[in-house]
Amino acid sequence: MASAINILNASKLEDSRLGELSQAVGRVFGIRTYVTSANLNLDKAFDASRGQCNSTALLAELLNSYKQSDEKRIAIVGVDLFIPVLTFVFGEAQLNGIAAVVSTVRLANPFYGLLPNEDIDFGRLEKEVVHELGHTFGLYHCHQFECVMRSSTYVEEIDLKRLNPCNRCSELLKVAMLNK
Amino acid sequence: MNSNPSILIVDDEQVVRDSLSKWFREDGFDVSTASSAAEALQQLQGRRWDILLLDIKMPGMDGMELQQRVKEIDSSATIIFITAHATVDTAVKALKEGAFDYVTKPVDPDYLSHLVTNALKQRNLFNENLKLKEQISEFSRADEIVGDSPQMHKVYELIETVAKTDTTVMIRGESGTGKEIIARAIHSNSSRRYFPIVAVNCGALPDGILESELFGHERGAFTGAQYRRKGKLELADGGTLFLDEVGNIDVKTQMDLLRVIETKQFTRVGGNDIIKVDFRVICATNKDLEKAVADGSFREDLYYRLNVFTIFIPPLRERKGDIPLLANYFVQKYARTMGKSITSLSPEAMDTIVRYNWPGNVRELENAIERAMVVGKPPVIRPEDLPYQLTERNHVLPAGSLAMVEKGHIVSILEQNKWNISRSAEILQIDRVTLYNKIEKYGLKKPSAG
Repeated sequence: MASAINILNASKLEDSRLGELSQAVGRVFGIRTYVTSANLNLDKAFDASRGQCNSTALLAELLNSYKQSDEKRIAIVGVDLFIPVLTFVFGEAQLNGIAAVVSTVRLANPFYGLLPNEDIDFGRLEKEVVHELGHTFGLYHCHQFECVMRSSTYVEEIDLKRLNPCNRCSELLKVAMLNK
Repeated sequence: MNSNPSILIVDDEQVVRDSLSKWFREDGFDVSTASSAAEALQQLQGRRWDILLLDIKMPGMDGMELQQRVKEIDSSATIIFITAHATVDTAVKALKEGAFDYVTKPVDPDYLSHLVTNALKQRNLFNENLKLKEQISEFSRADEIVGDSPQMHKVYELIETVAKTDTTVMIRGESGTGKEIIARAIHSNSSRRYFPIVAVNCGALPDGILESELFGHERGAFTGAQYRRKGKLELADGGTLFLDEVGNIDVKTQMDLLRVIETKQFTRVGGNDIIKVDFRVICATNKDLEKAVADGSFREDLYYRLNVFTIFIPPLRERKGDIPLLANYFVQKYARTMGKSITSLSPEAMDTIVRYNWPGNVRELENAIERAMVVGKPPVIRPEDLPYQLTERNHVLPAGSLAMVEKGHIVSILEQNKWNISRSAEILQIDRVTLYNKIEKYGLKKPSAG
């Protein structure tokens, strides 16, 4: 079982919000969760032609730059992410692995020409962080309407989800956490 | 994982393969990748994939050629092209050759998600459609055509030959030989089998009613026509129209029917709108149509229009070898529906039915077996379980004698007329006293009710 979750911040998120995030994630997974600053070289993953960072390259850096441990680690970045075949991703995770990354860019209302609303933006971030960490615990996408593990390809879908996994995903998560 | 939808990603760029396979794996897909067309074809030999995502530009065999080869292996494969080098020409070519869609890299994740969901839905519908068609074929298989005689083999050959065409078929044979079953067999082996076969018994309906039955009618077309009603011709659109007892149609309806068969359009009774229909005609008769044409009661032009391909069904007495086969078939059928454990006929009962003349053909045989199944006791049908006329005739008189033929004919006429002596004597063209004498001579008895 993973001993802790390390949230690595590489965004402009305030400390108070990071604390809130840490608590919310800790409650969902039931293990110690803490925040540190991320030591990531975003330039290496940046694709100038697309103006975005390759999330797979960031994941590789997360795995290589940090010492081996049984902790899950998730980086929060303030740059837009992509994988080569898709126009963008909200985040990416190693399925059944230890690393994940989430971008705050497309979770923010102003990105869509809407009025800023920090509470909404933060709610989305919490759900995306839980979603990507869920993948690191081996959870697949869920078809339950409100489950946090439901796949979201546009931001309104994230708003419809709850922060917690559905009963079935919770059971799978329990089994996964016991087996690790 | 094998019950999950499967996807094969074929792209020469590893980064594309990795990112797509990761993306689909998180969605619960059973994912595999191939870096070249050759590798993809190798994977396709081993199993089937629900969806194939193909790159177009690859070293060696390109995606377009791969699509052709994939279709040779699995013609129902759902192929989506994902390419970085989109041109209108390749897109058109890919879609023309059966690709589900064509998208350019990078793809919007929402679009890709919907695309794959729709492709899966379409594939499921396709598979469901195939399954349903197979089920319809099972249901519509005319399983009551039983017979191993050379005459019936000839009939089977003719059914097979004509079923695949759209030719008008005339089925001729005595009453009870199974003309409608043959018509259904032709329909269920034709390309129209997924559309209805609509049967019209032309002999059972009075002239005016037959016209309305065939062509339908508008509201108020005649007294009692309170609603607009579709006729059998409209109901048979796309399928087959089976005209039973076609020799009994009156001359006016014959003319209307000829026009419909020739133009495939008509108007409802009391209506003006022209309705276009597409159906195949199969008709049946036990009448001597040539004689009817000669005496003017059947239109010659309609006769030639209907009499394109003729199938004669031999009467049961001319294929006695099929009687045991048919009898056993009906025993199994009624044992199943009645829940009785009768499995066959005793050798004596079988001998009785084989020696009988069967003027009512297969229908009479089926009724005789059904009756025997009702009165008989397991495990076998005995001669006494068979209808009276079978056992009486066969036991007293030698088969083939003139007396046997006379006795059989008298019994038939008496039964047809419910043992009304005066009417039977009139039909037999003998007086009542002679008929009474013959009844006494042959020991005939009126069967008790029930």
